[in-house]
Amino acid sequence: MTAATKPFIVNRMPGFGTMAIAVFLMLYLPISLLIIFSFNERESLAVWGGFSWRWYEAAWQNRDIKDAAFRSLWLAGFAATIATAAATLAAIATTRGKPFLGMTTVYAVINMPLMVPEIVTAVALLIFFAWIKVATGYTGAAYLVAAHAAFCVPFAYLPIRARLESMDATLEVAAADLYASPWQAFRRITLPLLWPGIIAGFMLAFVISLDDVVITEHIKSAGMETLPTYMLGQLRRSMSPEVNAVSAIFFLLSVVLVTFFFFLNRKK
Amino acid sequence: MTAAREVSEAAERRDVRNRWYLTAPALIIIMLAAIGPLFIMVVYSFLGKGDYGGVTAAFSTDAWFGVLLERDIFDDTLGFADAHMIIFWRSVRLAGVTTILTLLLGFPTAYFITTRPEKQRDIWLFLVTIPFWTNLLIRTFAIQELIRRDGIINNVLTGLGIVDEPLQMLNTDFAIGLGMVYVYLPLMVLPIYASMEKLDFRMVEAGYDLYAGRLAVLRRIIIPLVKPGIIAGSILVFIPALGAYVAPALLGGGRNMMISNLISLQFGQGRNWPLGAALSITLMAIVMVALLVYVRNASRSSARAH
Repeated sequence: MTAATKPFIVNRMPGFGTMAIAVFLMLYLPISLLIIFSFNERESLAVWGGFSWRWYEAAWQNRDIKDAAFRSLWLAGFAATIATAAATLAAIATTRGKPFLGMTTVYAVINMPLMVPEIVTAVALLIFFAWIKVATGYTGAAYLVAAHAAFCVPFAYLPIRARLESMDATLEVAAADLYASPWQAFRRITLPLLWPGIIAGFMLAFVISLDDVVITEHIKSAGMETLPTYMLGQLRRSMSPEVNAVSAIFFLLSVVLVTFFFFLNRKK
Repeated sequence: MTAAREVSEAAERRDVRNRWYLTAPALIIIMLAAIGPLFIMVVYSFLGKGDYGGVTAAFSTDAWFGVLLERDIFDDTLGFADAHMIIFWRSVRLAGVTTILTLLLGFPTAYFITTRPEKQRDIWLFLVTIPFWTNLLIRTFAIQELIRRDGIINNVLTGLGIVDEPLQMLNTDFAIGLGMVYVYLPLMVLPIYASMEKLDFRMVEAGYDLYAGRLAVLRRIIIPLVKPGIIAGSILVFIPALGAYVAPALLGGGRNMMISNLISLQFGQGRNWPLGAALSITLMAIVMVALLVYVRNASRSSARAH
């Protein structure tokens, strides 16, 4: 072979590599700029005026932001806990033993929130909750918790079910053969093996709850802003580098969670 | 042996009952706070509109006529509701364009990841996953910053003298499309990658051996084999894009609404809950049709694969 003829690489497609690199740049450029300018001394989002923590300090001192952030976190924690617990039970029921009549319906119902457009769920809940609010007079945070828990269930369910399906069911049978009660077998065998799936499910549900803006925006009572709805309100009005700072922190939090989730799922 | 069979049948019945108990919490939560309310909404779409939001207890089909038709206030004749038509058309068009563009960008990206050495692949995949799980609002906000009048793109363009006046990109359909492509791109890359990963490159090699060119190999071998991934990605992008709320709200300004914003408006300033309910059901119907097409296509191509 002469130097002039390059070896023919079977899986090469001309231009695809360049395009892929462009796509990766496109994915990261806007968010990187957002983070960089959150450290801008100036109030501009395009002209650099030197490094400063100014907007982080401003965000930290903003009571509304702190309230909203705090509310978002406990809401996500609560909703993800409820969703994960319910999803774990449902996943065990739908993966162990023979398929039973109605199991497809169970699947369909659990995955339903994934298929209904967010805005539709949002306004349906708005109608339903308005009704309950009139009937009971209660206007607290339970509405948000219930709604978030519901749309988090399928997200928690998927990794838990995947884990259960890849687990060796003979261990549970062995435990039963050795006279373990179903509860003992579950606690000593299934649960420890299932744990990574449960954590993955919880984290996914947590991120999804934290991410939600459409449903929360429509059902929240007055003074019940979460971080995303607060930011949406701010962004509609005018620009504020404070929001940049909050976004950067939020982004970092997502990266940490995703990294953890990614490697949890990789290790098999 | 009948006694033994009865015992085992009873055990099986008990097992099934226990498993229903186990699924009960998940089913109750979802029925209560996700699916159940949809039925109430169907009822609301057939009621009269209250003056300050809410509904009146009278049966009415006004809301359903209102989805497409409009009563002229002067001579009381019915005509097409142009505003709704424009919004429906914009939603379908933008969702379609977004799907095509994410496919054009996402396919080569998935191909690129697939053809990396095994160890590198995880890193590239990870880089797609991060934006996927990053808050949608933040990502849309990042685009807003980029294209605003005094944003970085306009600064660079005017600085280099390419344009004299800053371009008006924000508050246009273009901005909404750009934002949606950016936001939904990972949803296209991931499923295409998942089916491309299983692609047997010996097929590609066989194609070249039989004197096929690159384009022929791509068109006749690779694309047909990863078609399930392409369809899955398209549906995963099209459906949320059709129901997008955040992108038009932040990038389209008040005037360039999409269906979701129109629905939301009926429950806010519009104060027409029945119309909002009818529009929601319409949106859901469109989504269900898209899903049905997907399911049929998916089962057909998996039938062919076996």
